[in-house]
Amino acid sequence: MSRIQDPIVRVENLTAGYGETLIIDNISFEVDRGEVFVILGGSGSGKSTILKQMIGLYRPMSGKILINGQDIVSAEGKERLQILSEIGVMYQRGALFGSMTLLENARLPLEEFTDLPPSAMDLIAMMKLELVGLHGFEDQMPSQLSGGMQKRAAIARAMALDPQILFLDEPSSGLDPITSAEVDQLVLNAAHNLGITFVIVSHDLASTYTIADRVVILDTTTKGIAATGRPNELRDQSDNPWVRQFLNRKVASDMFE
Amino acid sequence: MDVASFNMQGESPASIRADASGPGGLLLTIEGRLDSATTAKVWREATGAIEKMSPSRVVVDASKINYCDVSGIGLLVDILRRQQMRGGEAEIRDLQARFQRILDLFDPAGFRDAQTEERKSVNLAEEVGKTVYRIWQDAYDLIVFVGEVFVSLVYAFRNPRRVRWKDAFLVAETTGVNALPIIALVSFLVGLIMGFQAVIPMRQFGAEIFVADLVGLAILRELGPLMTAIVLTGRSGSAFAAELGTMKVNEEIDALNTMGLDPVRFLVVSRVIAALAMTPLLTIFSDLIGVMGGSLVLRSLGYPFVTYWNEVLSAVSYMDFLSGLVKSLVFGIMIAGIGCLRGLQTKIGATAVGESATRAVVSGIIFIVIIDGVFSVVYYYLGV
Repeated sequence: MSRIQDPIVRVENLTAGYGETLIIDNISFEVDRGEVFVILGGSGSGKSTILKQMIGLYRPMSGKILINGQDIVSAEGKERLQILSEIGVMYQRGALFGSMTLLENARLPLEEFTDLPPSAMDLIAMMKLELVGLHGFEDQMPSQLSGGMQKRAAIARAMALDPQILFLDEPSSGLDPITSAEVDQLVLNAAHNLGITFVIVSHDLASTYTIADRVVILDTTTKGIAATGRPNELRDQSDNPWVRQFLNRKVASDMFE
Repeated sequence: MDVASFNMQGESPASIRADASGPGGLLLTIEGRLDSATTAKVWREATGAIEKMSPSRVVVDASKINYCDVSGIGLLVDILRRQQMRGGEAEIRDLQARFQRILDLFDPAGFRDAQTEERKSVNLAEEVGKTVYRIWQDAYDLIVFVGEVFVSLVYAFRNPRRVRWKDAFLVAETTGVNALPIIALVSFLVGLIMGFQAVIPMRQFGAEIFVADLVGLAILRELGPLMTAIVLTGRSGSAFAAELGTMKVNEEIDALNTMGLDPVRFLVVSRVIAALAMTPLLTIFSDLIGVMGGSLVLRSLGYPFVTYWNEVLSAVSYMDFLSGLVKSLVFGIMIAGIGCLRGLQTKIGATAVGESATRAVVSGIIFIVIIDGVFSVVYYYLGV
């Protein structure tokens, strides 16, 4: 496994859960600057929980999450806002504001956090929509769009302030294969052209093989990490049979006996 | 010679220098870091210089830009776009390759009409027409809905086992039992205030005791049912609208439809039945507390409670009491119905739910006023 040169996100000894239930038990991993990093795992393995810890929505039971060297867990006030300005998040169902047009959605962070002249905000928001292939849909309401377009618009909004890291929660869930491939292409283009680091929670293997530089696979039973590495190598060479099974989409061998 | 030099202080290390002295048109030299935070001032300077001098040719010396994200690229696109729109030329010189790659993603001509559209002017005739149509449509929907609810209620009456009694009891608890404190508070206060205001002029004629007649009649015939209805609209009408509205937004109403369950029969009937049962009970309660409120006024003037009570009993008849109850029954059906209708009419999104709740309360109160007026006229001619 190659060593990380320049980690932009570091998760150290993270333990998390809800109330009494433990969901993640003492995991650590790093995300390299500029890479597309995918968190894989079965349903209920705590993928989304990890994501929500990483973007500071929930507090972990213990552990550290360093974004660009700053701990988002302990940050408060201005420091926290500073960290949040470096990340953008696309939620699973888009979470676009239904009362605003796409342009207004993508413009909102610019209005709130910059002093740009209004025409400049419009232009930048339009450019972000152009980047996700939604040029010409600026005046549409989110409800008028298909699921794939809503996700792309949500990515445009997440990119509004040019964050260094984008977190995507299940970008391909609920999308048809073609639309899903379009979103994959969008991620690859943004990573290549703009140098954005992507942290993606997914259970879509096809998409993972296309976009991921590295993956971390969560194990539901141990609540820890089953494997970390390049997806193709893990699929063919992992010494953990469960990981090979997972990445090859095999049914658990004892399931239908 | 026109040199505008400008440096930003503090955290924003981006600067721009405009020089119009050269032969090649306006030369803009941009230095430093262009990101969404630092671009703002540079942007104003750059577009300001272009607007002021309207040069035929703009050259941007970008060799000293050491960082540039999409917002920074936006500035360059804006310069190119402005020049294109004005029929001038523009050139971005010596931009680092990694930023040039981002710039190449965008076609400035594509953003030519990026100005926000002006609001469409309002045409009076059009607006009036639309409003009339909307009112007509609303009335039509209401009539259809009343019909549906009536049919469903008849069905429920003939097939009482098909009614979802569990839901009905739950709704009865939230709209009825839980509303007792607020209704008690409002009724008590109204009885007290009315008695107090009346006793001041009546005292001058030695007619304090007739405050009991006034409070008793007014509360039983009018104010008891009215206050109950208004509180119910605010509490439960809006709640019904918000609940059904959220169900509509979440496609739960569609799910009911595709399962072959009529939403009116499934959701509205239980609520209407609950409101129908609860409003008269709440009204009786409100009557009682309101009259009690009035008694405090006379008590403070030295009249014993029993005197007040006897005076009230001699002033009001069962007919007064029943006329109030009948009215409250109609209020109850109407409030629940309007709340549910507004909920089912909800359009898409979170705003629509709030709108439905507001509409439920507003139209609920309007209908209370109308129905109360109709009852007054009917009772007058019937001599009740």
